[in-house]
Amino acid sequence: MISGPVLIALSLGYLGLLFGVAYWADRRAEQGHSVIAHPTVYALSLAVYCTAWTFYGSVGRATENGLGFLPIYLGPTLIALLWGTLLLKMVRVSKAERITSIADFIASRYGKSQALGGLVTIIAVIGVVPYIALQLKAIAWSFTILQQYPAVRMPVAGAQPFWGDTAFIVALSLAAFTILFGTRHLDASERHEGMVAAIAFESIVKLVAFLAVGLFVTLGVLGWGGPALPPLQDPAPLQPLLEPSVAPFADWFAISLLAGLAVMLLPRQFQVAVVENSDERHLRRALWLFPLYLLLINLFVVPIAIVGLLTFPDGQVHADTFILTVPMAFEQPWLALLVFIGGLSAATGMVIVETIALSTMVSNDLALPALLRFWRHRPPAADLGRLLLLIRRGAIVVILLLGYLYYWLAGEAYALVSIGLISFVAVAQFAPAVIGGLYWRGGTREGALAGLAAGFLVWIYTLLLPSFAKSGWLPPAFMESGPGGFDLLAPMALFGMTGWNEITHGLFWSLTANIGAFLFVSSLRAPNATEASQAGIFVDASRRTVRGSAPLWRGSAEIDELMALNARFLGQSRTRAAFEQFARERGVKTPNQLPDDAETIYFAETLLSGAIGGASARVMVASVTDEEPLGLDEVLNILDEASQIRAYSRELEQKSLALEAATAELRAANLRLQELDRMKDDFISSVTHELRTPLASIRAFSEILFDDPEIDLEQRRRFLGILVSETERLSRLVNQVLDLAKIESGHADWRTEILCLQDLIHQAVAATEQYVEERGSRVTLDLPDTPAAVSGDRDRIVQVLVNLLSNAAKFAPAGTGAIDIRLSAEGASWRVCVSDNGPGIPAEDLERVFEKFHQTALGGAKPGGTGLGLPISRRIMDNLGGRIWAECRPTTGATVCFDLPAQLATSPDSRPHA
Amino acid sequence: MSKRILIVDDEPNIVISLEFLMMREGHEVRVARDGEAGLAAVRTHRPDLVVLDVMMPKLDGFAVLEAVRADPNLTGTRILMLTAKGREAEQTKGMALGADAYMPKPFSTRDLVAKVKELLGG
Repeated sequence: MISGPVLIALSLGYLGLLFGVAYWADRRAEQGHSVIAHPTVYALSLAVYCTAWTFYGSVGRATENGLGFLPIYLGPTLIALLWGTLLLKMVRVSKAERITSIADFIASRYGKSQALGGLVTIIAVIGVVPYIALQLKAIAWSFTILQQYPAVRMPVAGAQPFWGDTAFIVALSLAAFTILFGTRHLDASERHEGMVAAIAFESIVKLVAFLAVGLFVTLGVLGWGGPALPPLQDPAPLQPLLEPSVAPFADWFAISLLAGLAVMLLPRQFQVAVVENSDERHLRRALWLFPLYLLLINLFVVPIAIVGLLTFPDGQVHADTFILTVPMAFEQPWLALLVFIGGLSAATGMVIVETIALSTMVSNDLALPALLRFWRHRPPAADLGRLLLLIRRGAIVVILLLGYLYYWLAGEAYALVSIGLISFVAVAQFAPAVIGGLYWRGGTREGALAGLAAGFLVWIYTLLLPSFAKSGWLPPAFMESGPGGFDLLAPMALFGMTGWNEITHGLFWSLTANIGAFLFVSSLRAPNATEASQAGIFVDASRRTVRGSAPLWRGSAEIDELMALNARFLGQSRTRAAFEQFARERGVKTPNQLPDDAETIYFAETLLSGAIGGASARVMVASVTDEEPLGLDEVLNILDEASQIRAYSRELEQKSLALEAATAELRAANLRLQELDRMKDDFISSVTHELRTPLASIRAFSEILFDDPEIDLEQRRRFLGILVSETERLSRLVNQVLDLAKIESGHADWRTEILCLQDLIHQAVAATEQYVEERGSRVTLDLPDTPAAVSGDRDRIVQVLVNLLSNAAKFAPAGTGAIDIRLSAEGASWRVCVSDNGPGIPAEDLERVFEKFHQTALGGAKPGGTGLGLPISRRIMDNLGGRIWAECRPTTGATVCFDLPAQLATSPDSRPHA
Repeated sequence: MSKRILIVDDEPNIVISLEFLMMREGHEVRVARDGEAGLAAVRTHRPDLVVLDVMMPKLDGFAVLEAVRADPNLTGTRILMLTAKGREAEQTKGMALGADAYMPKPFSTRDLVAKVKELLGG
């Protein structure tokens, strides 16, 4: 049932379906319903990374070195973590500058250099064409193998002339297909919506095909009830699969890094990830969806490899074909056809995008600069847009034919088989210029040129030439010893470096040479005006959200000529529409009223860049304008202004931060004020209560005495006594409230003199003597002989002592009260403790007794003070630099102590320590 | 017409004046010096009227009021609240909790005696 014509019809039918998808997507885009404006489509289009090399080759790699296929997918997964910044920056810059390719990107960064764009293009073509050859081979092989169904036979290379060769026909049909897909418009930055839709579709097809074989193998063959597999004779081939290891680590690291760089820098990856990106928010989904895709497509690699080795134990069937030949061996024609289509998807997807990207680079960065040179002597044709499209189409055909040629020449040779990773190393050479250019302002055109050239040469020497030697095109001796027998320069062990595989070795030396040359040459001179301004646009990309301000330009130009120049590439109507919109944005009615300033020139140049690349656009625009060269001083001035503006904005940022801090402080202060206000209210409420209580007694007794003249003398005397004492209590309260307010507001007068505490204690005892005697208590003094000198206000300290003494007398039991006053030296302070033999202070009240109006209630009776004595004492001590506290001695009564800093009695100024 | 009156207040001098006034009216007077003792006295002596201070140690007047009103055995106990806290909110709270009358300190002795008469007569 599977024959050549059937396969050809199926392939053409599939390509027709792809074209249908692309055509539909293009039509939808024209109607304004873009199908690719969806993050999932974007993520799927990135999966063009998985080529036929992945589809067929992963299984082959797994049979050789176990998990060795994994780093190629691990690297992109890890680098995807950085896409939020790195790839985002690339997308932003590319949108602002209308970048058309990786060559254009690097050329634009270093002052729109044509030479740089050309070099990048050459490296990309040389590095990638063999990779295209590999895809052609995959299609041709799968076609030839499947044709012989149900027999499983490997094809014989070079059996037919090239015109009858499947690969040749495949190459030609892909060229036709790519031309139809990719070169319908000129403005590359307008994106190829149809192509992206088709690529996303292909990504689904190849994943489905791979998973189908995987499920067939795991469930149908290895699972229960599967067919019996031939017994294993020699377990050696299964060794790497059943005992996977990640050693040597250096190779894992190198290949992961390599794949991580390739997934962004391969021309086709740059095309889908950057040029075709329609919305930078799509990156967010790609961050996880793309790694997930890679995981899925690798899920069944090992089972398929194991079943392949078990099914074809004699080694006659190439491991790279297992995914196709295993279904054939188990007589699953539909599954085999699905695999064929999946492989076709993987290969065509890669070829189409890669060829479009390369043809854009060839036309914009190689052909056009050459034509520009030629046109200096002879005026160019009128419709340059058509010419450019022709160049691009020609480039597509040439690139695919080159791919075929390489396939035809290399055939089964090592040079083709190993080209996947070697190709990766070639594009990895773009990394220093791209990543360095996005984060470092110091890179120059010469630096980038030198780095790329050095890395490329080392790549040729350490990877490309040895692959030729292994294919037998160069004497094998070349590999073992360097040129002229100089072993130190042996291409596979440069400077005696052995122990790594060839890819790790080549990557290490080429990147070392590349980075070294890039940094060294860049350091030879400071960036010039154009480089500096482009550096600004690239490095600050993440800070700009809109199109960057116009770069540095001064001169004069005719708007008509600028429009005519653009029209030659883009056509009259598109040019007119673009200029009219720009005129509206700048607030003038028609394009002719536009001023010939930097902004207009920048607009015209960027518009043209979308068609022919930055470097060529710059040359073309310069040819119709009259630019006055800017001196370095002027450039520096303009850049200074820009940095001044940045400095201002930073200052503004800081000010607003300060403002926020001040607001927070104010809020805190306000809270504090509210708290104080509440405390004041509470205080007033307490004071009112304390005033009303004696007033109530005074009023009641006054009224009783006034109303009732009959009260007997004894009672009358008693009531009058109460009146007197309540009046005293009232005036004491008023005095203390005023005293406290005075101290708290800081209006109290504090005299400072040297005092002797013994004197003050005696004075206080004398002042309270009468009250203590009335209560029937006894005072004991325990004072040292040395005068205890302190500095402070005599009246205030006495006030504290009197307060403590009267408290003690009040709480001591009437008649048997014992009050102790003890004075002692405590370090650099004098301590006074007043104790009584009363009920003491409960532990939880030790601090609260210093709160205003807190009175310790004893057995329900009010102690009869004002509740302000201790709070005032505490404030006095605070003011004098001392402290006062109550101690917990419930068995022996209450003890209240205070410390005051000791003074040397003789001279307060000659103290030994402050 | 002698009635039993309980005075609950922690200010000794105010207690003396209230005691004098009530005894002059011919009532039987008991005294408690804090909320807890006050509540206990209400339960044991079943006074017809309680003159109750708000600010007291251990248990404040509102708590005593609540406890009395919550006890079904004590229905019919008249309560006259006295307080030195003159705020409107205090008075509202006292009335809401079920006080029969409310007088701020300092009080007029005549008004107090009249109010007590009114409460006991009704």
